[in-house]
Amino acid sequence: MTTAGPISPIASPPEPPPTDERLLRVGIGKRLLTRPDTGALLGAIAVFVAFAWFARAVDWTSDPGIWATWTDQAAQYGIVAVPVALLMIGGEFDLSAGAMIGSSGLLLGYLTTFQDLNVWPATALVLVFGLVVGFLNGITVVRTRLPSFIVTLATFFVLQGVNAALTLRLTGTTAIGNIDAASGFASARRFLASEVTQWDFKVKVFWWIGLTIVGASVLAKSRFGNWIFSAGGDPIAARNVGVPVARTKVALFMATSATAALMGTIEALELRSMQSKEGIGLEFIFIICAVVGGCLLTGGYGSVIGTAFGAAMLGMVQLGITYSQWDSNWTYAFQGAILFAAVLLNTIIRQRAVRARAG
Amino acid sequence: MTGAAVDERAPSLLRVESVSKYFGNVVALKDVSIVVNAGEVTCILGDNGAGKSTFIKIVSGVYRQDEGRMLVEGGEVHFDSPRDARARGIATVYQDLAMVPLMSIWRNFFLGEEPTRWRGPLGRLDIGFAKRTAREQMRQMGIDVRDPDQPVGTLSGGERQAVAIARAIYFGARVLILDEPTSALGVKQAGIVLRYILQAAERGIGVIFITHNPHHAFPVGDHFVLLNRGRVTGDYRKGAVTRDELVRQMAGGAELDQLTHELEGLTTEG
Repeated sequence: MTTAGPISPIASPPEPPPTDERLLRVGIGKRLLTRPDTGALLGAIAVFVAFAWFARAVDWTSDPGIWATWTDQAAQYGIVAVPVALLMIGGEFDLSAGAMIGSSGLLLGYLTTFQDLNVWPATALVLVFGLVVGFLNGITVVRTRLPSFIVTLATFFVLQGVNAALTLRLTGTTAIGNIDAASGFASARRFLASEVTQWDFKVKVFWWIGLTIVGASVLAKSRFGNWIFSAGGDPIAARNVGVPVARTKVALFMATSATAALMGTIEALELRSMQSKEGIGLEFIFIICAVVGGCLLTGGYGSVIGTAFGAAMLGMVQLGITYSQWDSNWTYAFQGAILFAAVLLNTIIRQRAVRARAG
Repeated sequence: MTGAAVDERAPSLLRVESVSKYFGNVVALKDVSIVVNAGEVTCILGDNGAGKSTFIKIVSGVYRQDEGRMLVEGGEVHFDSPRDARARGIATVYQDLAMVPLMSIWRNFFLGEEPTRWRGPLGRLDIGFAKRTAREQMRQMGIDVRDPDQPVGTLSGGERQAVAIARAIYFGARVLILDEPTSALGVKQAGIVLRYILQAAERGIGVIFITHNPHHAFPVGDHFVLLNRGRVTGDYRKGAVTRDELVRQMAGGAELDQLTHELEGLTTEG
């Protein structure tokens, strides 16, 4: 498709006045309150400030080592949350994203230790595996018109079962280890799973930030981003004006599974071994990040940057609880409370953004 | 249909010839023929279930007809998708399915036809151009858009129709199908939309105005086609039919006469 252009040359009317008297001057505060990611930013700041108090036994605000730990956790959530958020804006869920992390890490372990493959080609195969699983998820959802919630729940359980059964059969244990013995391990680890800077910031934090920037620009500034919004906002209207809704959704499922596969690779390289239960439960964390980031469960609205704030918030909660020396079992309760608060706040913000039209 | 009245030098913009469509054993459309000329408003009038939506879907490429053929400027066409129909200049403005309410005016305006700096789906949107153009095109329809970033959900029903019509014209529509554009609107808003319809026709576009309201069709139509139970039951040029006749036919025509007759019989007996 080529660039769209005007068909008939029409004499352009005089330039409009630079300001319109009907446009009220909106303060920056009010303007922020109509953005989908504002809630997540405020929430992340609130959590940061709260732990500055609760975790005052350590130097929460200014110790780079502590920043390195919670950003590590946040990256763990935030990398896959980027495509999960885009998928949600596109109107679909992927509950298999957590189990995919385990499957991919195990596949990398199998390829490198049992097939003696170099880590680099093994990683490429793992990413292809991710694309294939995502394609199957997507094509099933698009063809059957079943809710993606059900389709990917099924994928989740299949993957979970296969992970456990095959790992036990191969190794007689619940994990595949010795990944660090493979050729190419050192260089791949440096690229994907090492620490940088004197404070041991993880490379994956930079992957997280990079993917967030890519995801946010795709959503806001590309053609595909327009298709994502419309596929979730009103798929029938979108199809009627020629948006390839089905292909858009399948592409989003593929991006999600492939990113989960990247995450599985990163974990396998970081931990040097992979547990068969790895990643399970994270699918919900990704969804919480997206919802905190302003994504509507019904699709059509949301923000990738907000999702990154959501991931940062959950990472801070996880580590903050530890540094505050509380019982870590409280983490789930916090995550639930954050989700609840985020949904309420987002509802208010969205109502401000789209005021119901009168008449 | 012989089409004797058509000028040989300039074939009609769109000719639909004896088109039929069946869904299983249900006859949705039977032998429907319609001619659309440039600069004219062709009104298709019919009650619920008359086959109006099936007709729209065939002409706009959503369905394929089972019988009959369609010609655009004299050449036979086969549409496999709405994209094919649009490529031949046939654009449809659906009653309430044309806009994504949560998306901004400029995003809706260019949805599916986004202006990009590079090719392909990952091409960068030319946002400045999109906003400027959306505003400018809306102003030509007489609407001064306050803020192109405004979600379409905040516009009035008439304004939304205007966005959809302006979009279709901008993207080169020569045949514009309007599906019940006035039915969900109040009197004033409906009047505004009727004015957009005339403006579109004045710009040389062949407008197909689908409606069940003869009062809306009569003042703007050049040509009236009545559909009933999937068949054409009347086909009139402007001037060859009165508003009252249209209303009477829409209200059931002969059946209504019969009913009036029976009712009269009852009153004289009593």
